[in-house]
Amino acid sequence: MYDEPLVSSLKSIVGSDFVICHPDDLIVYEYDGSVDKAIPDVVVLPETTAQISSILSLAHEKNIPVVCRGAGTGLSGGSIATHGGVQISLSRMTRILEIDPLNLTALVEPGVINLDITKAVAKHSLYYSPDPSSQKSCTIGGNVAENAGGPHCLKYGVTTNHVLGMEVVLEDGKVVELGGYPEAQPGYDLRGAFIGGEGTLGIATKVLVRLSRKPSITRTFMAIFADLDSASTAVTQIIGARIVPAALEMIDALAIKAIENARPMGYPRDAGAVLLIEIEGLAEDVNEESEAITSICEELGVREIRYSELAEERERLWAGRKGAFAALGSLAPNYYLVDGVVPRTRLPDVLQKIAKICSDLDLPVANVFHAGDGNLHPLIAFDERQPGSSAKALQAGEAILELCIEAGGVLTGEHGVGIEKKEYMPLMFTPDDLSIMKAFKQAFSPKSLLNPGKIFPDGKKPTQKASIRVGSFSTTDSDVWI
Amino acid sequence: MTISKVSNTLLLEPGMEDMYKCVHCGLCLSACPTYLTTGREMESPRGRIALMKAVKESRIEPSSRVISHWESCLQCRGCETACPSGVPFGFLMEQTKAELIYPQKTSLKQRFLHFSVFKLLFPALPLLYVLGTLVKFYQKSGLQRILRSRIVTKVAPSSLVVLENQLPAIKGNFFSASTKIYPTKEKKQGTVGLLSGCVMPLFQGPIMEATVRVLNRNGFDVVSPPGQGCCGALNVHAGERERASKMAINNIEVFLKANVDKILTVSAGCGSTMKEYQNLLDKSSSISSEDVSTFVSMTQDITEFLVSIPLSVPKTALSMKVTYQDSCHLAHAQKITKAPREILQSIPGIELVELKDSLICCGAAGTYQIVQKDLSTKLLSKKMATIIETKADAVVTANPGCIIQIENGIKQNDLNSPVYHIVELLDLAYSTESKI
Repeated sequence: MYDEPLVSSLKSIVGSDFVICHPDDLIVYEYDGSVDKAIPDVVVLPETTAQISSILSLAHEKNIPVVCRGAGTGLSGGSIATHGGVQISLSRMTRILEIDPLNLTALVEPGVINLDITKAVAKHSLYYSPDPSSQKSCTIGGNVAENAGGPHCLKYGVTTNHVLGMEVVLEDGKVVELGGYPEAQPGYDLRGAFIGGEGTLGIATKVLVRLSRKPSITRTFMAIFADLDSASTAVTQIIGARIVPAALEMIDALAIKAIENARPMGYPRDAGAVLLIEIEGLAEDVNEESEAITSICEELGVREIRYSELAEERERLWAGRKGAFAALGSLAPNYYLVDGVVPRTRLPDVLQKIAKICSDLDLPVANVFHAGDGNLHPLIAFDERQPGSSAKALQAGEAILELCIEAGGVLTGEHGVGIEKKEYMPLMFTPDDLSIMKAFKQAFSPKSLLNPGKIFPDGKKPTQKASIRVGSFSTTDSDVWI
Repeated sequence: MTISKVSNTLLLEPGMEDMYKCVHCGLCLSACPTYLTTGREMESPRGRIALMKAVKESRIEPSSRVISHWESCLQCRGCETACPSGVPFGFLMEQTKAELIYPQKTSLKQRFLHFSVFKLLFPALPLLYVLGTLVKFYQKSGLQRILRSRIVTKVAPSSLVVLENQLPAIKGNFFSASTKIYPTKEKKQGTVGLLSGCVMPLFQGPIMEATVRVLNRNGFDVVSPPGQGCCGALNVHAGERERASKMAINNIEVFLKANVDKILTVSAGCGSTMKEYQNLLDKSSSISSEDVSTFVSMTQDITEFLVSIPLSVPKTALSMKVTYQDSCHLAHAQKITKAPREILQSIPGIELVELKDSLICCGAAGTYQIVQKDLSTKLLSKKMATIIETKADAVVTANPGCIIQIENGIKQNDLNSPVYHIVELLDLAYSTESKI
């Protein structure tokens, strides 16, 4: 809804070039990387903390909802303006303010791209560790909001383990600092509470990240298995052998096919599953672990093992994995990506059950996931033009999440609850649990104006209608789809 | 300008369905020069596709506002390199322009510009040569010096002054297609055909000559057969496909008759267009699809060709620190990034310093540097900042538009580093060697 006084006040804060309010323009702010869509009333592109503070005071005074957007790559609808209102795009706050190679920290603005931090500190042989698949585009602000993970979180931990502190603007425009350097801070760990707050607690305007030293050797293995079962057994045995690889990723047959259809990456099309295993450290350790991993894989009848230590070749081994979700577009008109976690000892069993859930409903399912920490990402393929198929996909997704929780796992590994999982929260939490969380949120944001409609169940099922990527695909692999 | 046509009959061409391969994951954003500069989603590949979808699905009209977001696209195709779903963005944009933008050039000025560029000058090269001769006279006779004097620039309209400043200096002689064979003096390895193109033989004749010398030095006879024309890239990018397809057919016929082993171009923009001629031509075209695919399979960029042969290593060293700016239509449209670097590193004495964000467009993008002045200037100044950071003695690239744009940047920054096409540097190394 166009609100002239609001628009002109916003223009006076950030300048008229940086307020977007025409319906033809706003339409491109209705989506992120997930399935839900909603058009904000106005989009603002501030450049400073002071501007964000003024925008929030204005919204607070007028009781207008505010939602933040980084690069819009999120997978749970976190940046979707379900309640309309003001969307703050942080795409202009992209400065790296300070790099401290001695104390191993960098202070960055929230719109800085994850990978750009690593690029900027590479000359000091340092890097920023969390590496979501979208790390070439996603922003650090969004990573903080979702407590983002990535393949290498198996060994090094997720965003919260690599963010020391933040400057945050609260609902009423007040600017506060949470956490900081050095790491041990007295008092409640509000920094820890804020990370993963999905934009409901405040807006991070500066982020102090921890930098890590690059390991002296990194070796990436691609182990090709004839079937999914032996690949998942290999995962359990590797971890069981007390090896913690930097990353341990699984890609199954249908996902391989999708990747090779979209952008051939040299993955064998006839394999049952591929494991990507990365180990790093000093030469001696790497060699020792390589031997152990190789012999585990060989005992399980691995078909082929390829490996490399060269950055360029390693990047190629990874490229298919990192683009896998989007590659599904080459196979099916629609997919529903589920993000659940199970204890890794339960992997073989849970994967079989997922296959059964989907085959009972006649839905193809691809699996590309962080096997090492049991973080599953089943991608359920469907064609919404077939009546009832979207509902079936949702039904399968729900059954998979129930299965994860039953197996002793959790609802989401790294994508956040957002809109997508909010109705499933009662599967994991009691009403008391949820009311404590709500009380906590209200301590930060008493009017609940920040990113409303997320995390907490409100009876509004995710629509899924937006997942609907209509169109006929002239795919050469019609066999995959039938 | 709003189009009254019912929008749901738009964008129905075969191939346009590929817009639905975009799953709006956003991985293209950081590869898009206009998004990085503006921070606006409408100026991103994902946003532009979302607008195509919205028009196709009749959610919005293709208003002048919507069209402006498509027109701000450089068509550099950096997004194609980044896209994990394999969305053919270049084609989607060209088709959108053909259907929604090109037919709408309604003002007299726009019609004149389009008529002269797409129908008159480029399809029929003789007129372009006449124009080139006039420009050359203007530059060499001292007329330019007089006009650039302070008094004149004070009274002339500022837009004209800016445009005049952009006019690239004509270097050396014109190069022209002819029946002439440039024979190799070495042991003959084969014969290659060279596209002379439209702007290059006029403004950058020396690059064409250097190419001939480099090919000769490596054992190849060179012909640049008469009757060939512009590759049609400018027309295709603007959405003028009808004339472009005629130009394509002409070039295919001329080169297939020329009895050459390969068809080479030194312009990345031409190469990518020629390699995609099949997108312009269909069954109804007056040319067989076998001829089209033969032509396409014979077409190579000069750098791609040079690394495929046993390239003769220059015998003397060129002591020089250079940096390489990837030309978009080489790196993104043709996926060639290694060959140019390999060639540079094969020249003794050359130190190659990688340019930060070398895969991001410099803002040249054909006519973009004229029609989207503001964004083009911003991109150029970003590019210049990274070039200056490298402290390189010279900048190397692989496309005439990039050379002109970066030369402008060098001039604006009061620098005097030369900007070379790769073949020029190789030619320079070979020529130093003959002097000893």
